[in-house]
Amino acid sequence: MNVSANASAYVQAQSLPQLPAPSNTKGPIHWMRANLFASPANTLLTLVALYLIATTVPALLKFYVFDAVWSGSGRDACLSDKVGREVGACWAFVGDRLQYFIYGSYTQAERWRVNLVFLGFGISIVWLLWDKAPFKSVGFLFFFGILPISAWMLLYGGARAEFWFLIAGFALLAWTIWGDVSATRKGETGVFTRPESLIRYGILAAMLLFGLYVQVGPGELPVVETGLWGGILVTLLIASAGIVFSLPFGIALALGRRSKLPIIKLFSVVFIEFVRGVPLITVLFMANVMLPLFVPQEWSPDRLLRPLIGVALFASAYMAEVVRGGLQAIPKGQYEGAMSLGLGYGKMMRLIVLPQALRIVIPGIVNTFIGLFKDTTLVTIIGIFDFMKTIEASFADPLWATPTTRATGYAFAAIFYFICCWGMSRYSISVEKKLAAGQKR
Amino acid sequence: MSMQSAPETGKASLWYDPKIRGYVYQALLIGAVVYIGYTMISNVSQNLARQRIPFGLDFWDSQAGFDINQALFPYSARSSYGDAFWVGLLNTLLVAAFGIFFATILGFLVGIARLSKNWIVAKAAMVYVEVIRNLPLLLQLLFWYKAVLEPLPRPRDSIAIPGGALLNNRGLYVPEPVFSAGAGLIGAAFLLAVFGSIAFYLWAKQQQAATGRIYPIGWLSLGALIGLPAVAYVVTGGPISFNYPAMGGLNVRGGITVYPEFIALLLGLTTYTAGFIAEVVRAGILAVSKGQWEAADSLGLPYSRTLSNVVIPQALRVIIPPLTSNYLNLTKNSSLAVVIGYPDLAQVFLGTVLNQTGRAIEIVGITMAVYLTISLLTSAFMNYYNQRMALVER
Repeated sequence: MNVSANASAYVQAQSLPQLPAPSNTKGPIHWMRANLFASPANTLLTLVALYLIATTVPALLKFYVFDAVWSGSGRDACLSDKVGREVGACWAFVGDRLQYFIYGSYTQAERWRVNLVFLGFGISIVWLLWDKAPFKSVGFLFFFGILPISAWMLLYGGARAEFWFLIAGFALLAWTIWGDVSATRKGETGVFTRPESLIRYGILAAMLLFGLYVQVGPGELPVVETGLWGGILVTLLIASAGIVFSLPFGIALALGRRSKLPIIKLFSVVFIEFVRGVPLITVLFMANVMLPLFVPQEWSPDRLLRPLIGVALFASAYMAEVVRGGLQAIPKGQYEGAMSLGLGYGKMMRLIVLPQALRIVIPGIVNTFIGLFKDTTLVTIIGIFDFMKTIEASFADPLWATPTTRATGYAFAAIFYFICCWGMSRYSISVEKKLAAGQKR
Repeated sequence: MSMQSAPETGKASLWYDPKIRGYVYQALLIGAVVYIGYTMISNVSQNLARQRIPFGLDFWDSQAGFDINQALFPYSARSSYGDAFWVGLLNTLLVAAFGIFFATILGFLVGIARLSKNWIVAKAAMVYVEVIRNLPLLLQLLFWYKAVLEPLPRPRDSIAIPGGALLNNRGLYVPEPVFSAGAGLIGAAFLLAVFGSIAFYLWAKQQQAATGRIYPIGWLSLGALIGLPAVAYVVTGGPISFNYPAMGGLNVRGGITVYPEFIALLLGLTTYTAGFIAEVVRAGILAVSKGQWEAADSLGLPYSRTLSNVVIPQALRVIIPPLTSNYLNLTKNSSLAVVIGYPDLAQVFLGTVLNQTGRAIEIVGITMAVYLTISLLTSAFMNYYNQRMALVER
C-alpha cells in the first residue's frame, strides 16, 4: 500500500482534469429516453399507449365532466334537443335520486335512525382500523356486540324492539360489571375507574338511556318493514353482518380445522371446502328458498335476513382459510411455550396464539372483506334492493329516461364501489408495510 | 415422592383427561349435528307436505316448456328439464373455457406490462388492474351488456367487421365454415402438424440437452401448423367455403350467431379475471430472485430469451397454483350470467327450472353438486401438480 512517487512509472502522479458531467443523465429528457423511448419497440409501445390514452381519456372527460348536466329536475334537463347542446352524463339524475340510493324506500320521517346507525358504524370503523385509537377492546365490544344489536333494533323499530334493546343493554352491562368485579376480586385495583371501563360504561349507559327515552318519551319507534330498506344502507348492512359474523365463526372453523380431534376437524374441513367450492349465488338461492323449508313455518326468516345468513356463512369459510394461514405461520415454539406454562387450550389460543396470528392476517382479512363487499351486489339477484339494485331500478323511472342516464348511474356506482374497495386495499397495504417493518433487521 | 404423586393422579377427575375431554367434545358435536339434521329433515317434510310439493327427481323427464336461445345440442320447448340442465351445464363450461383462454392471455400481457420498464405502459397496466379489481363483477357485466352492447345499431344498420362478420344489438354474426368432400384431409394435415411439432419439440430439447444446439422450435412448428393445412387445402382444391351472414329482411341470415349475452359475459369474465391473473403473474415474476436475471444478463442472453428460458419457467412454479384458483373463480363467477340472462347452469336450472317446478331442495342441491365437483376436480389436479413441481430438497 506504500505507493511512493518513484515506485512505478505507470502510476499517475497528478489527477486528470475533470470532465464535464454527461449531458443526458438527468432531467426530463433523459427520463423520457430511459423510460419511454429506450428502444424502437419501446417507442412503439409508448406511442400506442399514448394513442389509446388520447382517444379515451378526453372523451371520458368530455362526457362525464364538460358536457355533463349538473342540475335539473327532470329528463328535459338532460335531453340534448331540449337543452340545445350536446349532453353528456346526467348527474342531475344522481342528485335527484341520491336519497333513494342511500336509504332505499325507508320511511322519510324515520331516516334519522339510519343516520344514527351510519354514525355508529363510522365511529366503530375508525376506532378499529386506526391503530393509534385508544381502548381497542372496547371498540371490539362495540362493533361486535353493541352495534349489531342496537342497529337492528333501531332500524326495525317496533314495540318488541326496545324491549330486546333494553334486555341486551342490561345483559351487556351485567357482563362487563361481572368482568370488572372478578378482576377486582383477583386483586387488581382501580378496575372500575380506569378510563377503559368508564368508556364502556358510558356507551352502555347511553344505549340504555336511549332505550328508556324512547320508551318513556315518544313511545315506541314505528316499525319500518325490511322490504322498504334499500340502497347503501342495505349494502353496508350485508357487508357488516358478513364481517361481524364471519370473523368469530371463521376463527372457530380455522381452529377446528387445525384441531387434533378427528371429528371436529372433519366437520370443519367439510364445511369450509363445501362452501368454497360453490358460487355465492347458489348459497344465496339456498338461503332464499331452502332456509324457509328448514325451519318451522312460524320461524320463517325475514326476506332480508335470509341473504344475511347466506353471506355470513359464505364469508366464514373464506375467513377461516385466512385465519388458518395465520395460525400456520405461528412457530411451534409459541404453542410449546404456552403449554409448558401450563395454559390450557382455550387460554393458549386466546392469550398467546390468536393475538399473534390475527395480527399477521389483518391484510388477508381486509382483502376477504373487499371481496365480500363486492359480492354484496349479488343479492340483487334474489330481489334485495341493495345500492346496485336501487340504481338499476331507477333506470326504469320515466321521469329520468334519457340516453345518458344509464351511463351516469353506472359511473356513480363505479365511483362508490371503487372508493370503498380501493380505500380498503390501501389500508391493507399500509398495514402490511407496518408489519413488514417490524420484521426487518 | 412417587408414592405421593401416584394417588394424586388417581384422584384427578376424568374431566381433566384431555383424551376423555376430546371424546366428550366430539360426541357433543355429533349430537348437535344429528339433532340439527333431524330437525331440519322433519321440518322440510312437514313444510313440503303443507305446501303440497313432492320430493324427488321425477320432474327430470317432464317437458320443460321453455325455449333457450343458445343450446349446444338440439333443444326446444318440448325437451325435458333434464335436457335443460345439460344445456345449461354445457353453456357454463363453454363460457368458462373461452373465458379461461382469453383471461390467461390478457392476464399475462397485463402482468408483464406492469413490470415493463416503459413508464406509460406500466402505469396503464396498473390503472387497469386497480380499476378492474376494485369494482364488483356484477357492475362490470351490466356495463358490458347494457351500456356497451345494447346501444349497438339495429340489425339493418349492422356494423360490418372486416372478414365478413356483422355486429349489431342482436349479437355478432360470424361466417360459418361449410365443409365439403376432402375437408377431412385438411384436418388430418393439421393433426399431423400438431403431432409432428410435439415430436420435433421433444427431439430438439433432447438435442439441446446433449449438444447445446438450439433449434428454432417456435418458427418451425408455426410454419408446419399453418403450412401443412394450407398445402392440403390447395391440393384438395379448396373444399372449405364460408356461409357469410347477410341482411335478410329485418334480421341477419346465415353465419353463426354469437348472442350478446355470451359476448357480454365473456368480456366481463375475461377482463375481470385478467386483472387478478395479472397480479398473480407479477407476483410470480417478482418471486424469481434478481440474481437469476443478472446471471442471464451476464451470459449474454437477450431479454426475450431471459424471460422465456430463465425467468418464466421458475415463475410458473409460483404462478400455477393461484392461477388455477383464478380459473376456478372464473367458472364459479360465470354463474353471474343470471343478471344478464345468459343461459348457463345457474340461469336455466337455478332460475327458470326452479321457478317452474318449485323443487327448491333438489335443484339447489344438484347445482351445488355440479359446481362442487368442478372445484374438487380442479383442486385434485392442483395438488397433483404441486407435488410434481415442488422443489425436491434433501
